Amino acid sequence: MSEPARRNLVHISRKRRVKEDKRFVSGTGCYVQDVVPPGTRHVAVLTSPYPRARIISIDWQKAAALDGVHAVVTGEELAARTAPLHQALNLPHVVWRPLAVAMVRYAGEWVVAVAAETEHIAEDALDLIEVEYEPLPAILDPEEAMAEDAPLVHPEHGSNILYRGVFTWGPVAEDFEAADHQLTFRARWGRSSTVPIETFGVLAWWREGTDTLDIWASIQMPKYAEQIASALGIPLNNVNVHHDVDVGGAYGVKRGIKHTVLAGYLSRKLGAPVRLIEDRLVNLAGGDAHGPDRIFDTEVAFTSDGIITSLKIRAIDDAGAYPGRGPYQLAKPITAITGPYRINSVRYEAISITSNKTGQVPVRGFGQAPTNYMLETAVDKVAQNLGMDRLEVRRRNFIRSDEFPYTIPSGTAYDSGDYHAVLEKVLDLATYDDLLERRDQRRADGVLAGVGIATCLEPSGGNTMFEHLMYPGAEITTFMEACQVRIDSQGAITAIMGTSSSGQGHETLVATILGEELERDPDDIRVIHASSREGLPTLAPVASRMAIMLGGAAAGAARKLRDQMIRIAAHNLEVPPTELEYSGGTVFARFDHAAKLSWREICFIAHNQSHKMPEGLEPGLQAIHVFQVPGGGKLPDDQNRVQLYPCFAFQAHIPFVEIDPGTGKVTIIAYFIAHDCGTIINPDIVRGMVIGGAAQGIGAALYEKFVYAPDGQFISGTFADYVLPSIFEIPYIEVTEHCTPSPLTSHGQKGTGEGGYLGAPAAIASAVNDALAPRGLSLHELPMRMADIEELLNGGDRI
Amino acid sequence: MKPGTITLEVNGRLRSATAEPRLTLLDFLRYALHLTGTHMGCEHGVCGACTVMFDGSAVRSCLMYAFQAQGHQVTTVEGLCDGDGTPGRIQEAFQEAHGLQCGYCTPGMLISAFALLQSTPDPSDDEIREALGGNLCRCTGYAQIIDAVRLAAVSLKGAGG
Repeated sequence: MSEPARRNLVHISRKRRVKEDKRFVSGTGCYVQDVVPPGTRHVAVLTSPYPRARIISIDWQKAAALDGVHAVVTGEELAARTAPLHQALNLPHVVWRPLAVAMVRYAGEWVVAVAAETEHIAEDALDLIEVEYEPLPAILDPEEAMAEDAPLVHPEHGSNILYRGVFTWGPVAEDFEAADHQLTFRARWGRSSTVPIETFGVLAWWREGTDTLDIWASIQMPKYAEQIASALGIPLNNVNVHHDVDVGGAYGVKRGIKHTVLAGYLSRKLGAPVRLIEDRLVNLAGGDAHGPDRIFDTEVAFTSDGIITSLKIRAIDDAGAYPGRGPYQLAKPITAITGPYRINSVRYEAISITSNKTGQVPVRGFGQAPTNYMLETAVDKVAQNLGMDRLEVRRRNFIRSDEFPYTIPSGTAYDSGDYHAVLEKVLDLATYDDLLERRDQRRADGVLAGVGIATCLEPSGGNTMFEHLMYPGAEITTFMEACQVRIDSQGAITAIMGTSSSGQGHETLVATILGEELERDPDDIRVIHASSREGLPTLAPVASRMAIMLGGAAAGAARKLRDQMIRIAAHNLEVPPTELEYSGGTVFARFDHAAKLSWREICFIAHNQSHKMPEGLEPGLQAIHVFQVPGGGKLPDDQNRVQLYPCFAFQAHIPFVEIDPGTGKVTIIAYFIAHDCGTIINPDIVRGMVIGGAAQGIGAALYEKFVYAPDGQFISGTFADYVLPSIFEIPYIEVTEHCTPSPLTSHGQKGTGEGGYLGAPAAIASAVNDALAPRGLSLHELPMRMADIEELLNGGDRI
Repeated sequence: MKPGTITLEVNGRLRSATAEPRLTLLDFLRYALHLTGTHMGCEHGVCGACTVMFDGSAVRSCLMYAFQAQGHQVTTVEGLCDGDGTPGRIQEAFQEAHGLQCGYCTPGMLISAFALLQSTPDPSDDEIREALGGNLCRCTGYAQIIDAVRLAAVSLKGAGG
């Protein structure tokens, strides 16, 4: 890290234990599965065995009669008493409900729910339900779905195309006309996601006496309470989402709307707490699990010197049967549509398709990982086409450190960065020249060996303005986060945040920033998660935003408190505030250090001694600060140009892989990352985020895919079929850092939750293709599973 | 099938509760004995979140019926703490190295690390990988978990094992 950012920082950027870890290592975290009030009813769901079928009849009487069963609910009953679930695009004829009505649209869709005294009884009851279906042909391929005569997933919508839009930023036609060279390629990102080890779960408890729906859920969803209230037709202030539930991993996918509406409805119906915990099959087949499923067709215009001048990108994304918020994952990448490169113009066509697969949910990076994979593939192809070094092409196209703020063709200004320096750092870390030599030696030994290189920008801080680009009706320009800080009469600090956390260490973030600003020990600062009803203007820990947004809110609240304390001291010391100094919580007169008030004295006065308070200052010490996205709050101009995310972190990845030529098995021998997320708040948290994200990216690149058989059956319903990388697959990833502070945030911090996942798939693809290159082969479809590589290598000659 | 009484030693204490024959050891620990530190991840023996010590070996509690534990010894993550709930040395090492994020797989990781360090006080990295190979972590990418186990080994040696 460069010194300017670290100078004068006492707590920030320093090694500090993560506050949350103590409860997790001692087994005393509180996850949703640990919330089981007396009298809880347990829900099991009967799912569709067909990808597309009419529901002819449902016979559930025997199930209802089973001892211990309290309710059986069908889609018809639920539809009569709840509103459809929110679809992000304006799609009035694509109706999404927790339980299917009249028609099922993917194998695994929920059809009937049972609530019973135990989970076992609820599952027993499912066996007694008879559903008669009329199976229909299913549509599973997104390109076939676009054909005129394709079966329609939602006939009333009239097409399987949910969205099609073309954006042109800059002189694309002219740049292509003027280019020395052009190339085209197709790259495909397979249907995968981040799949947490904890499935989604919810406990909903309607309390008639207080007209309150209490909800505990393993959630990571902006406007969750609002959507529940709307679907159940109750006022928002009847819904109370408890955000002090520990979430067992989320990485974007934990949305839980249909689960919660169903559980909330059943709780009102039964007057009892109702618990719905996905089992792994329900989770993988029909829970909130599947991420982007995307085909890119890209044209690149470039000069003989390797300067990329323009891109034409078409992205077709299969959003599945019920798109929810999924299609917007085509829009967010507009934030960094040209990556870290000085590309003059872009044409971007985005197409969202509905199919008979599970609906798509947001995944870490919100669509940026597939787009970055495509962009880095383009850069490698330019290098290959010109016979130039891959690093040199990147160096020539990178935005230079003296060009920031740099505005890309789609209107977003990147805040700061030094991409050349980060690239050099990863080369140093990897001892790149030695690595290439090692690769070549292995090749000489007859091994398929490859070195990959990929970089990525990590847009961070959030901003929903990309919604407006796809749906002009979505005029939402606010994406705030708040923090309230109280100092009690004995001087202890308690901070209140308004969302749940899923491993990001937000309590540590807030305590560290407050400790820095108030010059107090972060270990003594308590951070609590208010419920939605008691809480603050807030969204959710998405969009790699919390260090920037919650950090900014905490810093803002702390600065207000410092001002209050100085005012109290000024009043009592009879010294003007401008002549006072705040140090470690004590306020001194600058020219007479004997004139001072201690932290404890100020706190006592604020809470107990009105006669010592300055006029106009309320008793107590508390402050709330609502932080808004820097540079946000604007609608796009008439060219669809708009500032999207505010801050841009950067990573460079270099993996070294070997491929077994007989089996196609890829082994990652070594993996190096250099990253720049501005000022690091907590080094351990940042390192974990970077490496953990990269491990998920390795999974997406090599192992993970939600597979549907040609007849539409889902065949990835266990962890034996949907393969998560274990400690054997992930090497000990080595990390180094660089610091280009953001000029827009409280301490120069940028986001770091997503970058690893954005960079790794591209880097692994680059390494695998480097290993395949001597054979004249390449692969541009993720995941590149062992069987795919083996088939590519050995074709029909397999044993 | 009628419920019956199961008696076993958990974390050094004799515990009894009634259970249906089909109840897994995992659910018995969590819901009959209220030891919620042990977690459910996949219920088919792949993820390792439910790992507990059973008569001195690390096992998947989701793949055992509670009745199979009748009369046996079980240690859960709660049992790695000192008597007053203070984290033990392996748990301390995981905190110090931040060998976790969301904490969901952590109890299973800790039990697997405990089993390893009991039999192999000075493990190589390969031995650490072998011991934790059945525990999936989705957050960390494993590097800080390896750091934590290395640190735990040093810490336990310093304490005389």
